[in-house]
Amino acid sequence: MRVPAPTASVVVRVQAEPFDLAAEVAALKAAAASEPGAIVTFTGICRSESGKLTALELEHYPGMAEAEIARIAAGAAERWSLGAVTVVHRYGKLEPGKDIVLVAAAAPHRGAAFEAASYIMDYMKTRAPFWKKEHLADGTSGDWVAPKNADDDAAAKW
Amino acid sequence: MKLKYFAWVRERIGVAEEDVDLPPDVSTTGALLDWLRARGDGYALALDTGAIRVAVDQVHVQGDAPLGDAREVALFPPMTGG
Repeated sequence: MRVPAPTASVVVRVQAEPFDLAAEVAALKAAAASEPGAIVTFTGICRSESGKLTALELEHYPGMAEAEIARIAAGAAERWSLGAVTVVHRYGKLEPGKDIVLVAAAAPHRGAAFEAASYIMDYMKTRAPFWKKEHLADGTSGDWVAPKNADDDAAAKW
Repeated sequence: MKLKYFAWVRERIGVAEEDVDLPPDVSTTGALLDWLRARGDGYALALDTGAIRVAVDQVHVQGDAPLGDAREVALFPPMTGG
């Protein structure tokens, strides 16, 4: 009899509040559907772009943002047989140094965990409905951040 | 049908969302964009570019996709999350 693979734990949150990396990793470990041998975490952080920016303002599409990230995370969980995956994406006004996004992937071995985390980030860049607006050091509101061709290339490589 | 706009599409049109009654011949995303562009300068400014992305009932669509009986269509620029 064929035993179906255990279903990975997929946790997705979109929130204004900061996240606690250690608490997220502990919860991921506890929720893993298979014994984790490796957990890879990625944290995306707001940059000042050499002092030019005082903040990035992240707008999102409530409902679709969660749904699209969940589709991406579930796809990664299936492709790399993850035991668990957590994605937390923040919105609102975030100053340089503040965390924007967390991806954590638990897998039996490190290769799968590294690749899955990288895949999720590459896909979120081009498919998760978030937009960043720059707030400039001179007090004005700057441009919307333009997408990079490199981001499309990064997603296409998978 | 509810229309939602985000980022610079929202800023140029001037509202975040609105309810519209579409003419029967507006049955695809391409026809919807054409119909909206004809509504006024803000719409034309926001949508007169190839960069507009479309989601139908919160799922990305590509090309000239059928609207079917969609309840919500969102129009927005290329995404810059992560």
